[in-house]
Amino acid sequence: MKSAAERAKLPPADVPRDGPNLTGEELETKLSTTWSNPPGFVGWLSSVDHKDIGRRYVITALVFLALAGVLAIAMRLQLARPDNDLIGAARYNEIFTMHGTTMMFLFAVPVMQGMQIYLTPLMIGTRSNAFPRLNAFSYWMYLAGGLLLWIAFVLNVGPDVGWFAYPPLSGPQFGVGKRVDIWAQMITFTEVAALAAAVSLTATILKQKAPGMSLARMPIFVWATLVTSLMVIFSMPSVALASGMLLSDRLVGTHFYNPAERGDALLWQHLFWFFGHPEVYIIFLPATGFVSEIVATFSRRSIVMYPIVVMSLVATGILAFGLWVHHMFATGLPRIGYSFYTAASMSVSIPTGLQIFCWIATLWEGRPQLKVPLLYVIGFIFTFVIGGLTGVMIAAVPLDLQLHDTYFIVAHFHYVLIGGAVFPLLGAITYWFPKATGRLMSETLGKIAFWMIFLGFQLAFFPMHIAGIYGMPRRVYTYPAGMGLELPNMLSTLGSLVVSTAVLLFVVNLVISARSGRRAAPNPWGAPSLEWATSCPPPPYNFPHIPLVSSRTPLWDAGEKLPVVHGLRVEDRELVLTTVMSAEPDVREPSPEPSPWPLIGTVATTAMFVCSIFSPWAVLVGVVPVALALTAWFWPKSPRLSGSL
Amino acid sequence: MRREGLLALLCLSGCSGAQTAFGGQGAEDANFIQLFTVFMIVCTVMYLLVSAALIVAVWRRRRTAMVVEDCNHQATSGVVRPALIGWTALIAIGLTALTLVGFFTDRSNARNGSHPQLKLTVTANQWWWDVEYDWADVSKSVRTANEIHLPVGIPVEVTLKSNDVIHSFWIPNLAGKQDLIPGRRTDAQLLPRKTGLYRGQCAEFCGTQHAQMALDVTVESKADFEKWYGAQLQTAPVPKTPLQLAGYRYITTRECASCHNISGTSAGGQVAPDLTHFASRRSIAAGTLPMNTGNIYGWVADPQSQKPGNHMPTIGLKADDLHGIVAYLETLK
Repeated sequence: MKSAAERAKLPPADVPRDGPNLTGEELETKLSTTWSNPPGFVGWLSSVDHKDIGRRYVITALVFLALAGVLAIAMRLQLARPDNDLIGAARYNEIFTMHGTTMMFLFAVPVMQGMQIYLTPLMIGTRSNAFPRLNAFSYWMYLAGGLLLWIAFVLNVGPDVGWFAYPPLSGPQFGVGKRVDIWAQMITFTEVAALAAAVSLTATILKQKAPGMSLARMPIFVWATLVTSLMVIFSMPSVALASGMLLSDRLVGTHFYNPAERGDALLWQHLFWFFGHPEVYIIFLPATGFVSEIVATFSRRSIVMYPIVVMSLVATGILAFGLWVHHMFATGLPRIGYSFYTAASMSVSIPTGLQIFCWIATLWEGRPQLKVPLLYVIGFIFTFVIGGLTGVMIAAVPLDLQLHDTYFIVAHFHYVLIGGAVFPLLGAITYWFPKATGRLMSETLGKIAFWMIFLGFQLAFFPMHIAGIYGMPRRVYTYPAGMGLELPNMLSTLGSLVVSTAVLLFVVNLVISARSGRRAAPNPWGAPSLEWATSCPPPPYNFPHIPLVSSRTPLWDAGEKLPVVHGLRVEDRELVLTTVMSAEPDVREPSPEPSPWPLIGTVATTAMFVCSIFSPWAVLVGVVPVALALTAWFWPKSPRLSGSL
Repeated sequence: MRREGLLALLCLSGCSGAQTAFGGQGAEDANFIQLFTVFMIVCTVMYLLVSAALIVAVWRRRRTAMVVEDCNHQATSGVVRPALIGWTALIAIGLTALTLVGFFTDRSNARNGSHPQLKLTVTANQWWWDVEYDWADVSKSVRTANEIHLPVGIPVEVTLKSNDVIHSFWIPNLAGKQDLIPGRRTDAQLLPRKTGLYRGQCAEFCGTQHAQMALDVTVESKADFEKWYGAQLQTAPVPKTPLQLAGYRYITTRECASCHNISGTSAGGQVAPDLTHFASRRSIAAGTLPMNTGNIYGWVADPQSQKPGNHMPTIGLKADDLHGIVAYLETLK
């Protein structure tokens, strides 16, 4: 390691660099000046700090979660009694479409990416992420897509064809008006945002790990981030193609999905689920990353069998691309072909089962401390395993043909997505809240909220299994009396009210704690990873000196003082890049300054995308402002910065 | 009502709902119940194992020396490795077994329809079912809507088509679901084993009134089926009373006939449910309303308030016309 550090030679003394001669308060003042946002509102809009972007992502996603939750309550109230007429058919269809679309595209994927954007540079010990302006662009595009969808909904042009919008129902003949166009264009926004964030995260992880943090020493959450970012890169183009073709069918008269003109309605389902199934793992794998970090910290020991956990993540990421047909067992594709997808779907439970084993073994071998984040992890295992096992059931064709598209499936995917991703997320928010705000969340309120969410969730979603078997299809605005559906539905509604109250309590806890919670030391939980090596909240430059890593759990092994490397410029934004595998120092690299152009570029792109719903010519005209904004964005700044080595 | 619901919640098989996958009145659904039971047992065992391990792991909190406070946080005890191997083997064996049982059940289901003795074609529309019994001799064919009658114990092949969007054909008491996809032909095999009245429902979201797209299914003895079939072959009766005649005139000469067909009359529309034996059915508008005089009045007078968004317009009938139409429709047994 030392020879590698030496190779990054001490530079000439013409520019100030961090090192033995420049440290402590003097260094921090200089770094602060260099890495802070410009002053004022424009400076706020220009921020490229990954902590700002990540925080904005998470907060925006939580707002969308709340909105989708309100829609969920509306649906549950309508379904509380048979033949209820609180909400009419057309409005109900809009509501469930908005609920699913918001949860999947505006909450689940973005909130995970937001957490990843916030945490990854801190966990791998670098000052910023790669392509920070692209990252800022990613957030603004996500926000624009979310606003487009929700403004449309408020103006009564919200989509009403379900979150997977099967043509021909979503095609030009049956999906009349602009509702579906808005849905499909929202997909374009979110996929641009997700791809941009994924590219930034992948590059950050591969090239910016602190010296010594080889792939084998990366925190498991960072591994999960790497795997999911690669999954985003491989799966999003499929839905981009699908929604692009849908828009072109609707707006310029192509016939990709029109059977009357030799198009194929099933083509959409293949393309959509080739993205849609991996998407579930894009949501779930970061959650398993949270779980691994929380389990290790609160068991007071390293995760048992790190290589198995990492290989499970990678294996799940690969298998996720071989399962999409299990969403299509009822479409009449060749029956023998289905067995491949059955076997593939079942086999996903092997890596997942291994991960669960490693978490339980870690708790077993350690001394678990039942703080709120760990409670969420335990709730996660109890809940998610039910979802995993019902997943095994519906992987079998004869079972799926009965259970597909019923409330059994609704129960299954809420167990997997709420139990499997939202529970760990709430634990993770509690866990990293002191890092982001400098204050700890209240344990008492946290525990009350946890138990209400955990029990309320079971009450809301377990009866749905029974409703499904008792013949209740999903996406119905009402159901007849006398089919045995009254009790399960009433229980679900009561449960949903408990959960929503508890989520409100969680938010109250967030707000109160952010204002007046107990102040947090840099490492309040005694955790092992690098994000806890810096202050709470971290300074704009993350670390005064870049840490030097020699184990998987640096803060547990380093003794009194974490070793660091020296020699980065302090008056310009500079990063140390390391090699991909073994993280040996490679080059010093300038990092872009704050810029308003990602935001202006987003405004131009938004104008183009939204206008293209109304006229295809908007694409032709709209690229001009986009090109101008991109040119300004990439305009080279000072020659001093380029070629700084 | 509450007791019924509680019963539904508690009993896991053998309940006699008209629309439940736990009915078992068809060969495929009986296979479903068997296979579901096998999966349920295996999954419950696995769940209990995981839960037990987790509970013990959290609650024992023994004084282990393998934590960071003891500077030994990377060590693991010797049991972890064999336990991991055992756990993996258990999952792999369990999954292989379940995959195989599932596969052979699927093969058995595929054989149910290998020698169909009755063929029908079901064509889905937003939001109703068009049903045709197919015979080589066209004069023996029968067309109806939103209901099917099946003789017990006879394998049936159902050809599935759609005229507009994707729907899904699902009679849970008899068999699993099959999508009806425009531009494609799919099929379902039914082998009803017990007589009874069942309910099917569209299971793929198909637009505004997806929730009100049900199918009344009657499984009956061969003799009863033949009696019903014979009646269906008849054309509509001639109206007898002046009121019925007025209704007949309205239907055959005004709006109704452009969409609906009534065999034996000049009403020959093909885009809406066939009404030839309308009054013999159990429900109106694909399960939206039970069949009775009041509901026929309600439906004909204002279909848009009964099933908003459906393709039958509310045309503002005058009271006299309405009385006539309902009187005539009630003769269409």
